[in-house]
Amino acid sequence: MLRRVTTPEGGATGRTPTSREPLVVMSGVDKHFGDLHVLKGVDLVVGRGEVLVVIGPSGSGKSTLCRTINRLESIDGGSITIDGAELPAEGKELARLRSDVGMVFQSFNLFAHKTVLENVTLGPTKVRGVKKADADRRGRELLERVGVGHQADKYPAQLSGGQQQRVAIARALAMEPKVILFDEPTSALDPEMISEVLDVMTDLATSGMTMVVVTHEMGFARKAADRVVFMADGELVEQADPETFFTAPRSPRAQDFLSKIFTH
Amino acid sequence: MEPVLDNLDLYVSGFWRSLEIVLWAAAGSLALGILLAAFRVSPVPVLQRLGALYVATIRNTPLTIVLFFFAFGVPAAFGVTWDFFALGTVGLVVYTAAFVCESVRSGVNAVDAGQAEAARALGLTFRQNLSLVVLPQALRTVVPPTGSVIIAMIKNSAVVGAIGVSGDLFSAYRRMASALGYERLPSIAGTAVGFLVMTLTAGAILMVVERRMAVSR
Repeated sequence: MLRRVTTPEGGATGRTPTSREPLVVMSGVDKHFGDLHVLKGVDLVVGRGEVLVVIGPSGSGKSTLCRTINRLESIDGGSITIDGAELPAEGKELARLRSDVGMVFQSFNLFAHKTVLENVTLGPTKVRGVKKADADRRGRELLERVGVGHQADKYPAQLSGGQQQRVAIARALAMEPKVILFDEPTSALDPEMISEVLDVMTDLATSGMTMVVVTHEMGFARKAADRVVFMADGELVEQADPETFFTAPRSPRAQDFLSKIFTH
Repeated sequence: MEPVLDNLDLYVSGFWRSLEIVLWAAAGSLALGILLAAFRVSPVPVLQRLGALYVATIRNTPLTIVLFFFAFGVPAAFGVTWDFFALGTVGLVVYTAAFVCESVRSGVNAVDAGQAEAARALGLTFRQNLSLVVLPQALRTVVPPTGSVIIAMIKNSAVVGAIGVSGDLFSAYRRMASALGYERLPSIAGTAVGFLVMTLTAGAILMVVERRMAVSR
């Protein structure tokens, strides 16, 4: 199970495209779902303050890659470190490490039985031990920042998808994470709500937050990413700055993918 | 119904005794059942297996056997000197908890997996995840089936009387029919009415709980 698979085209561009201090370091990460080899010896470094956008066809393993970073998916081989610390297997240590890694899901996953404000304060009060009054104040600030301040006392089901996703971002921010993972954050949204979420994410990117974003939103990738990683069949096929990637993709697979996306 | 009315005291005191058994057993089986459900959904294989083994053993054993085991087997084997009331109640708790466990587990499984994932991603521990995020949502859907389990338990408590607890509703019937020599039919009918008061009240309480939980969503 622990066999290392080297990627023949993985080094299409250099492996150290960032001069930033490394925050998330994945090396030789292997993952199988039964017979399916979803991650094939993935090496990836995310620098502090970097905005990394992961794109690729569906089934390429990009969501899985994102989810292994906080071990929502376990890995079969290789290693992942966050800020120098290896991800522990399970238990309290892992929980503590996860609290430093924010996550925004495709399906929002707001706690259905808690108000919007409680969603944002649950982590700080229960995991960080922040006092309720302080957590409430900070929570309202964050909700204000993502533009849903007046919805604080409603339940998630009473909000639109775009509003829910912005609350989810505020919930992640409330933990003051070192990095936030976005797993296709706009894929479940109606078209008119996508931009309100992307605007919040763009603001976040400009503010210096470290972000790993799995998305199909090429506009966002172009505008906000420091680096684009193209994945296919469980391998990192190509990585480059967005301008280079979108105007002059080098690998045939990336060229093919982009031509399919930009034909209409 | 005259014999019952003439001996109403006997039935009323029997009712309170039975209610005592029922309340202790309900509290105990809910607590143990939720704990077992937590075992079964925990990420720890040993706990999972322990929970599964418990359910498989107890759920597939007849109630009378479980009760006889606690009423006669346990005192004989371990020198326990509790009275029948305590032993019978423990037996009822042990039996009912298996069903509560499965009912609660079905509720946990009905909660969207994303809820637990979001909680894990925030850094909540398994216990916090369960108690703060998953169980509060699961318990909502679990009220009707667990209510049925508890009502079945109320009825099963008659068997605790049958194995020898004195002074409960069932022994009121026995006393009426044998020691006092009344006719059996009205005597047992009095006992049945006593149980109906408990089960119908439980049903009404359940409806209120269900409505309350629906509102607070």
